[in-house]
Amino acid sequence: MREFALIRAETADAAIAALTAHPNARLIAGGTNLVDLMKEGVETPTHLIDINGLGGLDDVQARGNGGLMIGALASNSAVAWHSDVQVRFPMMSEAILAGATTQLRNMATMGGNLLQKNRCFYYANHAARCNKRAPGSGCDAMDGVNRMCAVLGTSDHCIAAHPSDVCVALRALDAVVHVTGVNGHRAIDFADFHKRPGDTPHVEFELAHDELILGIEVPGLPFAANSTYLKLRDRTSYAFALVSIAAALKLEGDTVDDVRLAVGSVGTVPWRSADAEDAMRGAPATAETFAKAADIFFEGAIPRAGNGFKIELAKRAIVRVMETLKERAI
Amino acid sequence: MAASANQLRINLAINDTVHGLDIDPRTTLLDLLRETLDLTGTKKGCNHGQCGACTVHVNGQRVLSCLTLAALCDGVQVRTIEGIGTPDDLHPMQDAFIAHDGFQCGYCTSGQIMSALAVLEEPWGPDAAAIKEAMSGNICRCGAYPNIVAAVQEVRKGLEVDRNA
Repeated sequence: MREFALIRAETADAAIAALTAHPNARLIAGGTNLVDLMKEGVETPTHLIDINGLGGLDDVQARGNGGLMIGALASNSAVAWHSDVQVRFPMMSEAILAGATTQLRNMATMGGNLLQKNRCFYYANHAARCNKRAPGSGCDAMDGVNRMCAVLGTSDHCIAAHPSDVCVALRALDAVVHVTGVNGHRAIDFADFHKRPGDTPHVEFELAHDELILGIEVPGLPFAANSTYLKLRDRTSYAFALVSIAAALKLEGDTVDDVRLAVGSVGTVPWRSADAEDAMRGAPATAETFAKAADIFFEGAIPRAGNGFKIELAKRAIVRVMETLKERAI
Repeated sequence: MAASANQLRINLAINDTVHGLDIDPRTTLLDLLRETLDLTGTKKGCNHGQCGACTVHVNGQRVLSCLTLAALCDGVQVRTIEGIGTPDDLHPMQDAFIAHDGFQCGYCTSGQIMSALAVLEEPWGPDAAAIKEAMSGNICRCGAYPNIVAAVQEVRKGLEVDRNA
């Protein structure tokens, strides 16, 4: 591990000042991803700014409108087991508990989860080309081991899939990321927070160097009480998803009144399709409707040699999840 | 590791003993335990957060000491396998692992036991499937899993009896 200096920040202003003073500094909270990448020499910060001492950012607050404000330093475990999360947004609790292990969830923070790096086979491999790790070097995943890679939102420069579970639920729930920096506070729609690779795969977040995440707002959505998260993977526990589905469903009689649907591990960012949801709203809640929406969801998908199976797998998973939610709604 | 110009001071309690230490900020809690304090009961397996051999409790929660920077542990309470029982006075979970053959080579065992103790305090369900999911962060290459689950279940059921007594 490269040498670094530790700076303990007691306030957000102190953290912002330290970031501003050190262009190669990184914030550290749980550190589960960052410390590992520092051991691998992928991350080589000159300074680590410890933000665990920032007060008031580690709780989950219920909002009167049925929503939540989740502090950036709340642990993944604390959020997953929180009763308001479990009752109002079960997809979120299930998504967190489907990710990593208890030891990692106890350490990992919610803000850090949003900023976690992809797990593409070539990202942490210095012998390989990777435009995220070394911009301009090329992408060995294109024609290499790309079974885990994305089929939506890819570019000629990167096909790494977004790895998070809870971010799939947060995308479905239209969460808002609250950040602060030199220029003050701002609120970022979840859809804009993670960036598709395009021509700059190394630019991953809508977040300036001097900014830090304060919290994640989840707007009230009563029908999200009927929601779930399905994660399909190579083993039953402690594996990244092949595909995952976060969905919520509200019926009016036999008709879909409202729906949310996001799919994980198929996109370079947590993926959602307005067209697929529109195709379900007002339509009969049948397997045919769900299958048609699934087809629409994957229009424009670009499979590579190893990951084409994800498209059919995800389509079937969408239908299964919507059928499950339909039974629960009746 | 060469001495660093970035040395810093931390104070932390390990198994109820307070230590004041000057450390290189790159030091992990795992290396601090094993190399500096000679507490070698906590094992280094993968050193990348994937195997669970290094599991310890920090402020009452199980974490991976290999991914924990000691520099972030100022003021915390750490509990390791050395702090739960002694060879002459084993913890009931240690007794249960022996009774159920919950190990072969033993390398993962301290991490398994630290996880198992935490599982009993976490909101998991009582059935074997829940125990397996809760313990999925601790890998056993000898494949002692059924016996580990049996050991955890024995201690859990014993606690239920105690609480209902």
